[in-house]
Amino acid sequence: MPVEPKVKEPPERERSVDDAASARHNGKLTPSERNQRRAQAKVAGQVVQTAGAGRRDRLFPYALIAPASVMELLIHIIPMALGVYIAFLGLNQFTIGNWLQAPFVGLENFVTGLDPDGPIGSQFYAALLRTVVYTLISVGAAWALGMFAAVLLTSKVKGRGFLRTLFLTPYALPQYVGAIAWAFMFNQRDGVINRILVQDLGILDEGPFWLLGGNAFWVTVVVTVWQFWPFAFLMLLAALQNIPDDVYEAAALDGASLWKQFTTITLPMIRQANVVMLLILSLWIFNQFNIPYVLFGPASPPEATLISPLIYEQSFNYWNFGVGGAMSVLLLVALVIASAFYIKLVMPKGKALHD
Amino acid sequence: MIETRGFKILRAVGLTFLTAIVVLPLYVILVTSVKPLEDVRGVFSWLPSRITLQPYMDIWTTVPLAHYFVNSLIVVVTATIFSVVLAVLGAYALSRFPFKGARTFSMMVLSTQMFPGILFLLPLFLIFTQIQRTVGIQLNGSYLGLILTYMTFSLPFAIWMLSGFFASIPKDLEEAAMIDGTGRMGALIRVVLPVARPGIIAVSVYCFITAWGEVLFASVMTNADTRTLAIGLRAYASQTDVYWNQLMAASVVVSLPVLIGFMLVQRHLVTGLSAGAVK
Repeated sequence: MPVEPKVKEPPERERSVDDAASARHNGKLTPSERNQRRAQAKVAGQVVQTAGAGRRDRLFPYALIAPASVMELLIHIIPMALGVYIAFLGLNQFTIGNWLQAPFVGLENFVTGLDPDGPIGSQFYAALLRTVVYTLISVGAAWALGMFAAVLLTSKVKGRGFLRTLFLTPYALPQYVGAIAWAFMFNQRDGVINRILVQDLGILDEGPFWLLGGNAFWVTVVVTVWQFWPFAFLMLLAALQNIPDDVYEAAALDGASLWKQFTTITLPMIRQANVVMLLILSLWIFNQFNIPYVLFGPASPPEATLISPLIYEQSFNYWNFGVGGAMSVLLLVALVIASAFYIKLVMPKGKALHD
Repeated sequence: MIETRGFKILRAVGLTFLTAIVVLPLYVILVTSVKPLEDVRGVFSWLPSRITLQPYMDIWTTVPLAHYFVNSLIVVVTATIFSVVLAVLGAYALSRFPFKGARTFSMMVLSTQMFPGILFLLPLFLIFTQIQRTVGIQLNGSYLGLILTYMTFSLPFAIWMLSGFFASIPKDLEEAAMIDGTGRMGALIRVVLPVARPGIIAVSVYCFITAWGEVLFASVMTNADTRTLAIGLRAYASQTDVYWNQLMAASVVVSLPVLIGFMLVQRHLVTGLSAGAVK
């Protein structure tokens, strides 16, 4: 099924609206009566809104958000507060069973986990920096591929419906399936990548180890880009379809080159979609755990350890739960700062989420 | 874009390249899944020496795949339903009422969506341990515990996307219904929900897909009885002999439900993602 938001939206929405309306009315009111009432209501404005309102209506939105708020409290707020607390506990395999009695060790975990000169702390900063680099490269590449594909498939090319669906498959595939396939493909002796490089193309004499050492970082990047570029494509395609054709036609008449059209029309007109998409993508990739875990198992090669897998490794491989907690706190601080920027960009002018 | 000759050439080359990088892993998965075991030892061969469906039959006995499948279904479906129901209510409130605390609520939703699972994994693990010690309800390794942890990522996302959908539905509809004598809740259930149905289905499928591919919580919060596919599939590779053909056949089988679901709702998914993101 091709992605066709452009043609689809108005008729479908209207149809379902009408269906809902007729199902609801069951002939209780004729359309004209309804319109009349609606018009009266519009005139009366505020009066209708507040008539019969009072306390119950004022409390209604709170009743609606109550279940979600309770859940947020249970699964996010309390765990986060507890996460900060356990960063100050001496929590290891001996004390974890009865962690409420675990000794309070103050800043010890922070010294062990975050001391830039210590053996564990230096890993932390290296992993944090590596994760930033990994995020920038992967997001950049995913954006470039997604943008390229979206531009190409906005034009009227044969088979574009099929290609749009095909390009989305890496994103729809379970992440671990994609990562398993790539782990198989990057096998040192037997994988298809080395088969292509050594036998089919003859570029290399001997197939290198991909899942060890420095290569492992690049494998992570490749798998990440493969899995996430379709998301960029999906979002940008929707944005591009809102640009009317005649803008390009006018630009072409004025003799603007394709590149010029892209930079002066396409990019500015999809700016908002780009900003939001890049932010979402950055977060998903920065927080990535699934891909390295499936590629390398519970301990990534040191040259490719990202921040989420490092915290996991400290906590669940070495049972240094307190140190893992301390690392989490620092990560949390970094993300809170990032999210403040994010919220400022997504929710301008002091408004609520949507208006 | 105006289709000059240069653009057409660029397009042909570009689309070929993109198709190749998408198809290569898919081809490797499919072709390996129909290879006999002797073919998957040694250097990768582009074509199988003979095509066999044996891996598709063996996957069920080498590893208790059906059991993992059922586990995944139970956890993922329940987490999706709970998330979407709570999110419908919350998102409706956000998209319709200017109430005090709306901004705080939406900021909470937006920001928790940004935090990685690793931040919640250990605290939730400890809370679950404590509940088990004091109340006796087993949460670590149980369906319930896993369902709760899966809601850490599906709930905020569902709220966020659904409020985008709801915001794009005209308010007149409910106002008309309320003039006809329906209450606020009646208007939501009988007017807004039917109109928003494509969006709600898209969000549900999206939550389903994300949870289906989740590895982190599953790796810590499951035991032999509740293991999900994400972790169960590792068993094909942890044997002394790696059954790559079976692993790939199993990959095909576990991917099909989400691929089909995705294809069915992808049109609404585009609208939903961009509405949730941009509006």
